[in-house]
Amino acid sequence: MSDKKMNLNLKVWRQAGPQAKGHFQEIQATDVSEHMSFLEMLDVVNDNLVRKGEETIEFDHDCREGICGSCAMVINGNPHGPDRATTTCQLHMRRFKDGESITIEPFRAKSFPILKDLVTDRSAFDRIQKAGGYISANTGSAQDANNIPVPKKKADLAFASATCIGCGACVAACKNASAALFVSAKISHLALLPQGEAERSERALGMVAQMDAEGFGACTNTGACSASCPVEISLENIARMNREFMFASLKKK
Amino acid sequence: MADTTPVSLGKLDPKIPTGPIEKRWEKHRFEMKLVNPANKRKHTILIVGTGLAGASAAASLSELGYKVKVFCIQDSPRRAHSIAAQGGINAAKNYANDGDSVYRLFYDTVKGGDFRSRESNVYRLAEISRAIIDHCVALGVPFAREYGGMLDTRSFGGAQVSRTFYARGQTGQQLLLGAYSSMMRQVEKGACEMYPRREMLDLVQVDGMARGITVRNLITGEIESYVGDSVLLCTGGYGNAYYLSTNAMNSNASASWRCHRKGAYFANPCFTQIHPTCIPRSGDYQSKLTLMSESLRNDGRVWVPKSKGDKRPPQQIPESERDYYLERLYPSFGNLVPRDVASRQAKFRVDEGRGVGPSGESVYLDFADSIKRLGKDAISEKYGNLFDMYAKITDENPYEQPMRIYPAVHYTMGGLWVDYNLMSTIPGLHVLGEANFSDHGANRLGASALMQGLADGYFVIPYTLGHYIASTKMEKVDTTHDAFKASREEVSVRLNKLLNIKGKRPVDEIHKELGNIMWDLVGMSRTEAGLKDAIAKIRTLRKEFWSNVHVTGEPNFKNSELEKAGRVADFLELGELMATDALERNESCGGHFREEYQTPDNEARRDDEKYSHVTAWEFTGSNDSAAWKPNKEPLTFEYVKPSQRSYK
Repeated sequence: MSDKKMNLNLKVWRQAGPQAKGHFQEIQATDVSEHMSFLEMLDVVNDNLVRKGEETIEFDHDCREGICGSCAMVINGNPHGPDRATTTCQLHMRRFKDGESITIEPFRAKSFPILKDLVTDRSAFDRIQKAGGYISANTGSAQDANNIPVPKKKADLAFASATCIGCGACVAACKNASAALFVSAKISHLALLPQGEAERSERALGMVAQMDAEGFGACTNTGACSASCPVEISLENIARMNREFMFASLKKK
Repeated sequence: MADTTPVSLGKLDPKIPTGPIEKRWEKHRFEMKLVNPANKRKHTILIVGTGLAGASAAASLSELGYKVKVFCIQDSPRRAHSIAAQGGINAAKNYANDGDSVYRLFYDTVKGGDFRSRESNVYRLAEISRAIIDHCVALGVPFAREYGGMLDTRSFGGAQVSRTFYARGQTGQQLLLGAYSSMMRQVEKGACEMYPRREMLDLVQVDGMARGITVRNLITGEIESYVGDSVLLCTGGYGNAYYLSTNAMNSNASASWRCHRKGAYFANPCFTQIHPTCIPRSGDYQSKLTLMSESLRNDGRVWVPKSKGDKRPPQQIPESERDYYLERLYPSFGNLVPRDVASRQAKFRVDEGRGVGPSGESVYLDFADSIKRLGKDAISEKYGNLFDMYAKITDENPYEQPMRIYPAVHYTMGGLWVDYNLMSTIPGLHVLGEANFSDHGANRLGASALMQGLADGYFVIPYTLGHYIASTKMEKVDTTHDAFKASREEVSVRLNKLLNIKGKRPVDEIHKELGNIMWDLVGMSRTEAGLKDAIAKIRTLRKEFWSNVHVTGEPNFKNSELEKAGRVADFLELGELMATDALERNESCGGHFREEYQTPDNEARRDDEKYSHVTAWEFTGSNDSAAWKPNKEPLTFEYVKPSQRSYK
């Protein structure tokens, strides 16, 4: 395994707090190994900042294996960077060239206010989830698991929707800052399963209403969301959400 | 079977019910007191951590009517590290009709834990396992299905029956999102209040009982107090004491450690699990290690070259010059031997000089045979996301060349001591999931962590907590109580102390140094001399930390450096305790391997006469010093007779 080293010119968004005015800071990242992940590169940059007694760049991160959905930054204009189906933590430096400039910004959307540097407040997603993103089954009340057969095809489809990691890249990628992909993935996951049938209408109405209340923009079907989604949630989910919402609205009348 | 004789064990009374093992939990549930439904809302329960244990407890207790407040360090409860569990969850459903039963799952788990767990707890876990699957399916967890619509299962990590339910390689994610959605339903109803981006920094006791917590708001830096009638720690394990592990970057032991310092005994800290199939490290900048689910061992074959220092690419090494060492050493279990055995054997090969890859610190996990037999599509269907993840990290294609894997710290079986009711030695402080010690003994079997986390949260604590609440009198307190004031003061003093050291070394640098000591001397194989050396080195490093660490930033804002510093300070004490426990345990069992205690063919040699007990460490140090006293809870095996584990 070779190990190429590179020097990079970072332009990083720095913002001291929610009300503070932000700016881009230029920082040199030197001796970056091609095998580092993007976040490991930032670790090294932060290590140098500490040694100089300067404040480190704040960014959300946790599992570093692409599943927790914590990491969230816009790299050279792309949420999670240039690679398809890849979270920031799984992006590796071999993707970049020696001498390259890299712009690093937080996810930008009115509904994701910036807290500090690259850290944003994505609690709007939790509030959408609680507006119906569940099946009301109390602990202890379930029948035997195999009493509800679910055809494999349906189960696989539901699973594909359920893999959404809730990172918010779809919102950051959308010119309208729409959360349609996130919301539709959850609505689809539960609408596709027989267990989700009972609350199907209320769920679609509730989650869509909360999405609107949070100030996310409308979906205009550009597909930027799905293209930037690290787990490739399909646009079909949005179509399904629209159907679910329409039927639910009709039924309500 | 004779009743277990109640003996006075002081604080370490496990409160195990008497009677035949299959009736104990049922009998106990009947004997426990109940809280009147109308009274439940008068009781506030504080839950720290929102992984499988925390989220499921929050959902269940809110459903029952308790007032629940739940705290997590992440920006959303859905991000807790249970999310990253890949392989699956065990349940004794016997859907495969292959001879599984509650008793067999119980038996396998006691044996797999190398006879260092409590039989009664394990039996309860096996019993509950079935209801977990039922409940998760009801919540819409999209488990893998067969074409007829029935649930699919697979055999996993050393089990000879097919009892593992799974959702591709993302079982933890799906189970956690299920528990999270249930919890969010309760948030919507107002039964549960959610406090994200809060880190618990102290436990508050009133009259000796756990009555509250002191937390730091990670965005504003504010020190906040919360009052409750019981505190549930669901804060996960302490694998990050090794710096590099498969844990998330923010996984830490501080909540447990703060409670330990306040009187909660820490049990079996040396029982750590090194997972055999992880992606090997690539450089000093490495921040974490990535697990490759051990389900891969169902179809992958582990091998190294027969001769030392063979640097040829794997495809050029002919069959006759490969050593499929697990198949050779363990003909009946082959590549599916338990984790501790697989890890140790990989280490032996690397120590022999037969490791592969640039550093020589890895072994091959080869899918060529399975791809030939089942086709690339079938392999991709089962493991696609894992193969993709491997390719992203290593830039190598595992469909075309074998994966390179090496063991990494993954799970900690030790944790805060709890009785059968999941209560620690501090009244009112309950500990659930990986944070407690009770069910896995010295080695956890694959697909058992998810089972235990959910068992504790969905089906154990709702009963045992009620019993505690119903049988305990406590005065009404609020956050102006002296104990809360003192706790806030103590927390602020410590944070300021960390910020004012202003030395030369970044927190991570010291954490990495601790990690190296732990991995080299308290890792996969341990010796008396090495452990003594580790203790001395950790003490020196702890002094170095408190005099020379540099924490940048302010206390009143988001400050990751300050967060890390507090956690590393605690790991620097916990690391010493892990080494101390390993030194005290003069035997090899499960994940704890002492080189002095092995059989002629390098297997772990237990000493049941002297060490068939839980070592629960009591903190006897002061604010500025660490010291411990060991206490013993004897283990008795009435049903599964201790035997030498053999996977030959």
